[in-house]
Amino acid sequence: MRMAFFDQDRIVAPPGWSRWLIPPAALSVHLAIGQAYAWSVFKKPLEATMLTDSDHPGTLSALPFQLGMVMLGVSAALFGRQVERRGPRWAMAVSSTFFVSGLLVASVGVAADQYWLVVAGYGFVGGIGLGIGYISPVTTLIKWFPDRPGLATGIAIMGFGGGALIASPLTTQLLQKFDAVVGTGPNAVAPDRDGIAKTFLVLGCAYAVFMVMSYSLIRVPPPGWKPAGWEPGPERALVTRNNVSAKNAVKTPQFWLLWVVLCFNVTAGIGILERAAPIYRDFFPGEGGSPAELAAAAAGFVAILSLSNSLGRILWSSASDVLGRRNMYRIYLGVGCLLYAYILTTTNDNKALFIVACMLILSFYGAGFATVPAYLRDLFGTYQVGAIHGRLLTAWSVAGVLGPIIVNNIADNRINGGATGPDVYTPAFAIVIGLLVVAFVCNELIRPVDPKWHEPTEQPVPVPANASGEKAIA
Amino acid sequence: MSTESSETATAPPGMDPKLRPLAVLAWLWVLVPFGYGIYKLLEKINDLF
Repeated sequence: MRMAFFDQDRIVAPPGWSRWLIPPAALSVHLAIGQAYAWSVFKKPLEATMLTDSDHPGTLSALPFQLGMVMLGVSAALFGRQVERRGPRWAMAVSSTFFVSGLLVASVGVAADQYWLVVAGYGFVGGIGLGIGYISPVTTLIKWFPDRPGLATGIAIMGFGGGALIASPLTTQLLQKFDAVVGTGPNAVAPDRDGIAKTFLVLGCAYAVFMVMSYSLIRVPPPGWKPAGWEPGPERALVTRNNVSAKNAVKTPQFWLLWVVLCFNVTAGIGILERAAPIYRDFFPGEGGSPAELAAAAAGFVAILSLSNSLGRILWSSASDVLGRRNMYRIYLGVGCLLYAYILTTTNDNKALFIVACMLILSFYGAGFATVPAYLRDLFGTYQVGAIHGRLLTAWSVAGVLGPIIVNNIADNRINGGATGPDVYTPAFAIVIGLLVVAFVCNELIRPVDPKWHEPTEQPVPVPANASGEKAIA
Repeated sequence: MSTESSETATAPPGMDPKLRPLAVLAWLWVLVPFGYGIYKLLEKINDLF
């Protein structure tokens, strides 16, 4: 009988398949959905065309992105078990469908001058694609790379950071091509709204093609597969050989301690990322000889932070395979705390050290995302690690709201109160230090999961047939 | 979830040579756009210094 394309039997790797074909499949999803971090390129064109009558254009233009981040966490939590049950090919195809549809609906919304459709399309529909796509390769990568889960998930999640590196200049070029950029100066004209619609359309079509590689290439290892010559190492306290279901994981204190760790680590990174360019201009207002040079330097600062974000995901997460997950989070949170304290106390005394400190903070931000799937695997096993990861990502949704509130609202109030320069950020950064201390303590409190939550070891597991139709040995 | 070591599907060393073109295509598929992004990023970083 012919098997359906999404049947898990179709994606059991045949003999001779290399596990190094899996990271490109994962990257085909993450490099695409990472486009979300490049949303800000659309803000000014949308404000200049569709939001001209609004009193809060900045707030409204951020809405599609914010809704997208909320839907990322919600959909990852809601559909995590479906992703585990139906497999990565189904998940990647569904992610592609929703993500691309979100861009196309946004295109229609812009063309029809219906902003609510842009929010609903990009934010709600596209956000579902973000969440399912984000967790789609995690369990599969950990199964293929039991010897180095940090490296494997680090490669994929680096892709999410890398997605913005691609989408940001690409979107800018498309907006320029379609006459949709915001001009400056006394003779500037409003950009063409149709040009924005065309940009969304082209991006949607391009990503639809790009993501085909993901669900075409992905394979799962045969049951019981392990890398040649590899044996599980000696037992370590925080690396379980048992499994915990997603339903039980959320009942453990370990899950909620890690939730706080992720939430506050992300908040700390967003503390700088969300407002990177203004922070640079406030700390170094005399930079360069002209406003244009200062703006270019600030854009360069944003760029170097993006690079740090991406590199941190692969480098620190890979290091966690050697040093252990809890130790790495001690670095992310503890050293992160010290770096914020350094910035708070020395402010703009030394530009090079300021930049290095910000780069490290952003590298820890990215690393926190990339290392957490491996940490979950260590605590809860591989059984439903993708679903558990999905539920944990609600921490990101909360941080996505909390971070900007802490930094933007407090900074704006300080500015309204007359503060200038680095002083604008003193209370916000002090709050972030407090959050990092709390997260550090939570990480220290993480212990092995109580055996009462472990799945029975002789639990029968559905065994897919291999290519010849014979049942594989479980 | 347990496996018997005698029946464990341990990976044989090396990829099937017929898959090599696919591997090259797959990695180029993702590395070329990623390289474009890094290149554009490095252009901007230049303005910082």
